[in-house]
Amino acid sequence: MATIEISCVEVWREISNYLDEDVSPAVRERMEAHFKVCAHCTAVLDGTRNVVGLVGDGRVFQMPDGFSKRLHERLQKLP
Amino acid sequence: MRGDEAELIKSVCGGDREAFYELMRPYERMIYATAMSVVKNSADAEDVAQEAVLKALSNIAGFRAESKFSTWLIQITYNEAKMKLRKAHAHLYESIDNQQQSEEGDFWPRDFADWQPIPSELLEQNEIRQALQDAINSLGRIYREVLVLRDVQDFSIKETTVILGISEATVKTRHHRARLLLRDCLAPGFDGCWVKGQPYRRVRPW
Repeated sequence: MATIEISCVEVWREISNYLDEDVSPAVRERMEAHFKVCAHCTAVLDGTRNVVGLVGDGRVFQMPDGFSKRLHERLQKLP
Repeated sequence: MRGDEAELIKSVCGGDREAFYELMRPYERMIYATAMSVVKNSADAEDVAQEAVLKALSNIAGFRAESKFSTWLIQITYNEAKMKLRKAHAHLYESIDNQQQSEEGDFWPRDFADWQPIPSELLEQNEIRQALQDAINSLGRIYREVLVLRDVQDFSIKETTVILGISEATVKTRHHRARLLLRDCLAPGFDGCWVKGQPYRRVRPW
């Protein structure tokens, strides 16, 4: 059975859900067929996947040096 | 809630301060990142984090085990962070910021150049971490909050709705938009430079 085509705008709308595996099998199939022929949407997908991986990396929100120590000291000052 | 957490909370309620340090330790980064997502600078985020921890200690007897301890803690942190913003009147600028990134309608990406992957090893470099932090800070607050809760802290959609007091549909829309906005911020353009040996430089005018 032929895959129903999907537009770029529809692909962008679902990209986040696609990455979270929160789209139906039918939509996934249409999106994957679209990515094979659309370099622009593939660039959007690759980039989104990349930045999601990066922000999820613990190193982005590193606590400042001495954060725990200063917090501990503040707590110790409490009566 | 984890069993050991329940025990620690019981001890804290009984006046055991060491138990409180132990209880807080795994959450320090989460509290800091949450504060950063609202106030956007490290010094203020640390102040907020300290105030939130103090508040958690003074209110711990009121914690109800039916909610997750992390969710409760995050809500306290948000309240403290928003109070800090109100004091600084920064919300005036934030509201303008958020208007520029309207939630209405479809999001149209601005950059379609082939994506040059940003390797995670680059995060070892301060300037790259700063560039990412700047990109996150450039998002409107409503987007930053959802992005940090979902992609940094790994809270579920349901938990995010509870923490932010917004609907599931709104969480999903904001999350989706936050990710695409961030991608646009970090897109290399046709003159991309996220390559080894070259520092990050902004190649697009926004």
